[in-house]
Amino acid sequence: MSQETITRIQGGSFLIKEVSLEDVFTPEDFTEEHRMIAETAEQFVANEVVPRIEELEAKKEGLNEELLRKAAEIGLLGAGVPQAYGGEGLDQISSTILAEKTGRYGSFATTFGAHTGIGTLPIVYFGREQQKSKYLPKLASGEWIAAYALTEAESGSDALNARTKAALSPDGQHYLLNGTKMFITNAAFAHVFITFAKVDGEKFTAFVVERDFPGVSVGPEEHKMGIRGSSTRTLILENARVPAENVLGEVGNGHKIAFNVLNFGRFKLGASVVAGVRYVTNEAIRYAQGRRQFGKPIIEFGAIQHKLAEMAIQILCAESMVYRTVGLIDAAMCSIDKTSPQAAVETLKALEDYVVECSVIKVANSEILDFVVDEALQIYGGYGYSEDYPVERCYRDARINRIFEGTNEINRLLITGQLLKRAMKGQLGLIAASQRLLAESLSFPAPAEDNGSLLSVERRLVASAKKMFLLASGVAVQKYRDKMAEQQEVLSLLSDLVIGVYAMESLLLRVLKGVGRDGPARWGLQAKAAEVFIHSQLTALEDKTRQILAATSEGDELRTHLAALRRFAKAMPVDVIRRRQEIAQKLNEAGKYCLS
Amino acid sequence: MQILVCLKQVPDKDSRYKIDSAGTGIDEEDLVFETNESDQYALEEGLRLREKFGGEVVLLSLGGERVLKSIKNGLAMGADRALHLTGSEFQGSDASVVASAIRRAMATEAFDLVLTGVQSDDLGFGQTGTILAELLGWVHATIVVEIDIQPETRTVRVKRELESNLFEQVEIPLPAVLAIQSGINQPRYATLKGIMQAKKKEIKTLTPAILGMQPGDLGSTGSRVDHRRLFFPEKRKQTVMIEGEPEEAAKRLVEKLRKEARVL
Ligand SMILES: Cc1cc2nc3c(=O)[nH]c(=O)nc-3n(C[C@H](O)[C@H](O)[C@H](O)COP(=O)(O)OP(=O)(O)OC[C@H]3O[C@@H](n4cnc5c(N)ncnc54)[C@H](O)[C@@H]3O)c2cc1C
Repeated sequence: MSQETITRIQGGSFLIKEVSLEDVFTPEDFTEEHRMIAETAEQFVANEVVPRIEELEAKKEGLNEELLRKAAEIGLLGAGVPQAYGGEGLDQISSTILAEKTGRYGSFATTFGAHTGIGTLPIVYFGREQQKSKYLPKLASGEWIAAYALTEAESGSDALNARTKAALSPDGQHYLLNGTKMFITNAAFAHVFITFAKVDGEKFTAFVVERDFPGVSVGPEEHKMGIRGSSTRTLILENARVPAENVLGEVGNGHKIAFNVLNFGRFKLGASVVAGVRYVTNEAIRYAQGRRQFGKPIIEFGAIQHKLAEMAIQILCAESMVYRTVGLIDAAMCSIDKTSPQAAVETLKALEDYVVECSVIKVANSEILDFVVDEALQIYGGYGYSEDYPVERCYRDARINRIFEGTNEINRLLITGQLLKRAMKGQLGLIAASQRLLAESLSFPAPAEDNGSLLSVERRLVASAKKMFLLASGVAVQKYRDKMAEQQEVLSLLSDLVIGVYAMESLLLRVLKGVGRDGPARWGLQAKAAEVFIHSQLTALEDKTRQILAATSEGDELRTHLAALRRFAKAMPVDVIRRRQEIAQKLNEAGKYCLS
Repeated sequence: MQILVCLKQVPDKDSRYKIDSAGTGIDEEDLVFETNESDQYALEEGLRLREKFGGEVVLLSLGGERVLKSIKNGLAMGADRALHLTGSEFQGSDASVVASAIRRAMATEAFDLVLTGVQSDDLGFGQTGTILAELLGWVHATIVVEIDIQPETRTVRVKRELESNLFEQVEIPLPAVLAIQSGINQPRYATLKGIMQAKKKEIKTLTPAILGMQPGDLGSTGSRVDHRRLFFPEKRKQTVMIEGEPEEAAKRLVEKLRKEARVL
């Protein structure tokens, strides 16, 4: 069910290349099977999980396991597990759809994601035959639940600096693990923990640890701000006896597993928040229709319409990024022979190619979620602050997404870091593109003309945003050279440019593809959303570029760069206010989010 | 046991309706369609009967390309194959035309049981199953809440829901047409396996020509019901003050609610 006609596109290349519309995957490209998978997952959450939110929030014992097992009965836990091990062996698009559609309630999304994603996938991709056949059927059927235990009290973002140690017994039969893992999702009921320890105090290694191994226990529940329906505890390893055959991958290779799995996890997190964003927006629309002040429903006030329109635009954008990215990943995976013993390794390589996109999505969508829950709560006014309305919980639940699976700061550093690393290695033509742009900006080329076709200005603006990144990164690299990694502020601003480009372009491409297929009438509102988003983003990105340029150049050089920047960013402003009003009016008519 | 389950696709319950330019139907432009609610219970009932007695569950739906979505959902839930009755000539057909098309589609099959929903959520006509039974010369039962098949006697004991919490128990011979009430079971999810298997299942396309129907038998010309006008209920606001002692006033209020507003 994969989209085999789509060509493989190199990760990160969106910054320097134009993408053709056929190569962009969008939710409108779902197959009938994808659509049904989405429906099944949505129905499952609506019928089985949502009615039990109160009990889950109150930490009713056994309920999370019960729900996961029910999910397993319809196959929701096994999408990523090969059929040979009792799973469904579906494509990446299906797994992403599942991640998205199970995301409406934050706690369940976390529980589900920890089990099916970071808990199960390490064994799928790095397990030996005997490990796969032992664990995967049980994990796909929900008989056993998995957790992923990397973080420690002293090593959070700096995960490789773990204190947990592993020592091989004299007979070579087992390792003794000692240490404590912090904030472990699903710890209360997990049977299997993918955890990490340093063999002989230095070789960072992954292990599959069963809860029933001697010396394994868990601490009490954390008292958390949000996602209270999920379990978070410490994993305590006190001379935990782990059979030597439970080393996952090679001794000393744990970092590969840790980071690749997180990469996956980040992407899935970005997908799963989309359902939450959609849900909260729908609630806010309904509330704004029902709440009357000054003699009319508050949805008729411009200030509220502004918020709702922005929320809707951001949903469309978040969703477009997620499916564009999984399209890239899936296309790369299509070229892999699934029956070959090298399949898992190849798959990981393919995934690694898209680390930048995965981090972009994690950061962008977790921040979109926070923006949306904040505005939704504001629309509810005082009632939003009351526990009587679900938006209060959504507000608290959202916050963790900027912290786990790598904080957004760490992910921002990773985005630019990865791009520059590839550029230096000559894998990505960023440097050449930067140099070309710098030379071009000295020669004052005539500004490009817009040909007046639909979204032609916005197309140019997206190209301009790419130029901003090339300009700013080129100047920064020239200035800092090998000291670049120390310039966190510049790196973070640069990654904001990357995120901005990807967000704008994903939205634009989706709309253009839709227009090409269905004609402009059906996509009129979405085209307006793209205009609003791209014009307002561009101003923000221009400001960030200016900050970077001012920090990295001065005098005439700075003046030249600023002049180039002004040329890129030049555009007649569109009436974003009217467009937002039109979007809000449609939301009001539909009574729910209706841009996709 | 060979079971035919009839599915109708109707606009999603949250739809906001617009009346079409002719003023006789619904504008379908922005609508999202889904399988009629009671039909889903009929399908679940059919699947359970197949689990118990073996045989096949065959789906039937009449409509354009879009009803394939309902058909595929049903196949993903576990039905074995499907009949898709389609052709633009069907547009505007009433229940009698639909029922006679279904009868013709059944001609080359040997069904023991036809299950339909009790009524469609859009028109609420509730006649298709009944007319079909008449055309077939079979016995039928409506508003069915329980089915108990007696294979030895080839009969089915059926519990029917009547008004005011009353139920009726009837025993009727097979083959039969049963119209299933909503809420009598819990329709299963389409499992991921079911979804992946669905695309391998047969969907037979039956056009009016294949069914041997003439253009004159179809659409509004073939129909006995003539849709003259479709309109939203006109909103009227009338306030009636009921004077007098509370006890008296309450009595009169109840009477008005019963006889005029008919909400009691
Ligand atoms: C509810 C919950 C569930 C969790 N589930 C799991 C789980 O299942 N498995 C698991 O292994 N972990 C889990 N975690 C842990 C989570 O991944 C970490 O909390 C996260 O990685 C951050 O680590 P930390 O809390 O130690 O923060 P720190 O690393 O101490 O970070 C503190 C602040 O400093 C910033 N910072 C740190 N390093 C740098 C740097 N180099 N440059 C710039 N800024 C920096 C961070 O961005 C952050 O703002 C969970 C946490 C929570 C709260």
